[in-house]
Amino acid sequence: MEQSETPARTLFDRIWASHLVWPETADAPAVLFVDVHLVHEVTSPQAFSALRERGLRVRRPDLTLATMDHSTPTTPAGAAGEIVVTDPECRVQLDTLEQNCRDARIELHPLGAEHQGIVHVIGPELGVTQPGRTIVCGDSHTSTHGAFGALAFGIGTSEVAHVLATQCLLQRRPKTMEVRVTGRLGPCVTAKDLILEIISRLGISGGTGHVLEYSGEAVRALSMEARMTLCNMSIEAGARAGLVAPDDTTFEYLHGRPRAPRGPAWEAALGRWRSLRSDPGAPFEATVEIDASRLEPTVTFGTHPGMSAPVTGRVPDPEREQEPVARRALESALRYMGLRPGQPLQGHPIDVVFIGSCTNGRLSDLRAAASVLRGRRVAPRVRALVVPGSREVKRAAEAEGLHRVFLEAGAEWREPGCSMCIGMNGDQVPPGRSAVSTSNRNFEGRQGPGARTFLASPLTAAAAAVAGALADPRRLVDGPAQERR
Amino acid sequence: MEPFRTLTSRAVVLPRRDIDTDQIIPARFLKGTTRVGLGRWLFAGWRYDGTGAPASDFPLNDPLARGARILVAGANFGCGSSREHAPWALVDQGFRAVISASIADIFRNNAVKNGLVPVVVDEEAHRTLLESPFVEVTVDLEAQEVRAPGVQARFAIDPFARRCLLDGTDQLGFLLAQLPAITAYEQSRRREET
Repeated sequence: MEQSETPARTLFDRIWASHLVWPETADAPAVLFVDVHLVHEVTSPQAFSALRERGLRVRRPDLTLATMDHSTPTTPAGAAGEIVVTDPECRVQLDTLEQNCRDARIELHPLGAEHQGIVHVIGPELGVTQPGRTIVCGDSHTSTHGAFGALAFGIGTSEVAHVLATQCLLQRRPKTMEVRVTGRLGPCVTAKDLILEIISRLGISGGTGHVLEYSGEAVRALSMEARMTLCNMSIEAGARAGLVAPDDTTFEYLHGRPRAPRGPAWEAALGRWRSLRSDPGAPFEATVEIDASRLEPTVTFGTHPGMSAPVTGRVPDPEREQEPVARRALESALRYMGLRPGQPLQGHPIDVVFIGSCTNGRLSDLRAAASVLRGRRVAPRVRALVVPGSREVKRAAEAEGLHRVFLEAGAEWREPGCSMCIGMNGDQVPPGRSAVSTSNRNFEGRQGPGARTFLASPLTAAAAAVAGALADPRRLVDGPAQERR
Repeated sequence: MEPFRTLTSRAVVLPRRDIDTDQIIPARFLKGTTRVGLGRWLFAGWRYDGTGAPASDFPLNDPLARGARILVAGANFGCGSSREHAPWALVDQGFRAVISASIADIFRNNAVKNGLVPVVVDEEAHRTLLESPFVEVTVDLEAQEVRAPGVQARFAIDPFARRCLLDGTDQLGFLLAQLPAITAYEQSRRREET
């Protein structure tokens, strides 16, 4: 029980304190214990090599979970369900992960396996992502898992080696920032629109050095999948991690998942998890407040996720930017994107639509996209790809017939993976072409050399697919937002 | 890792801000399983034109950039992904220090583990450096000071990272020395959970 004189603590403080192997000093960072280490093929091979070079073994294979996602092909499987990896470099990466996991006895969900998928989709699906845990992965979107009230952040490959060898990381205590979201999101305004607004408000380096805790009525009203979308892009504001305190929505999601506690252990876990919250008046180093009811479906227009506007709005004019560095950055972004200052965003023609990724590749995202595409057609000349985040998502979507909605609309229904979010597997936007993408980064060349990326929610992306141009999904969807709440 | 004390070199200046790791090294060059040879793909999207030839207006292709070991870049350098390929590519190209007005968290963490010194200077010094391409710049890690024509600026760096860079030691050795404490922590957690 909490004593009344105990100082008010944040959710972050609680998780941090319970994972300290050794506290930090002026001379040395803290030693922080890692409960879950997620591993994929791109950022791990050099870490395994580092262990071999030093004669070290993987300390806790039982706390390590591997999958294949970044360089896996998403081309529809053959008649016998086979997935062919044609890129020889990707093949080597996948084989290397398989060998490393076999040698170290790490659980691996390889290409085509029942639970294979994007690392940040399968962790929650399996119930490995649990409140109060520390979760790391050699991937910046590890912040996704913060949706469960877990402290989750991305690390580099040297740190992957640190965790493999010691199950710990050297960390300085980050600062904390509360992002309080009041009000309710309107029709067709989703967690994606909310996080784009938050990034725009904070700026893409505004969260640097901080862990963000999202709170408030609008956050409480979000489904787990929507909370994952929110936390996923915390890194795009420069933050180390994003957190949402667990509640009944969290527990309901986790109950019965393969790795969730069962029976008496479940009751015990619930008791622990219910105490995972920030006390009233707990000190945050910074606080931001956002009114959800004012938000609209949002798209990015520039070359980083902080450059966004309502889809009903216009491209900003660099002439109005006072600060010269910011003006040059905006000019350069508009040149790259092929946009004119002041032009309306709606109606700007697009060539590709990508629905998927660790940001928006879950079942509720596919349902949202399908709600727009049902009974409609993808515009001529537009290529639309729908890439489920995992095999589990794919199975569930097919059980509901969503794949038929996509296929009948003229979209592609593909195998799970990171796909066109990062373009490592050959799924790329051609040079100079414009894509509306439900992914997380619109950096130059992110989706392929010369690719022009407009980030948006699944609803807005699907509306763009139908219109062949940036479009407001509210014109196509009647009634409240289709996302499961 | 080579110890880093003081380095004097011509500096390459990239005046853009928010240079993300996808610009430092695009994802299509992350398909390898080793950390060597990535220097040729450093800033690949800007450095080469559509035909693969060096882009004449990119500072890294200027003859004066040859042998440069210090990079000066706009604010918020290294934002985006956690790929350690970004510092690997910079180090492979010969860079040992990056100077900016701010540097993204994960990139900074990755840099120090590869002997690449992240140097964050005040805005005035940063502006002067951005306006002075190819001048000689000194990064003095012992004194935590940057010196260049018209610039003498202190910079902050985590004392632990500084020690590791000065000694050329990697952080894994330090962590391995904590194994008794780690074992004790694991045992106490097991007791709690049973």
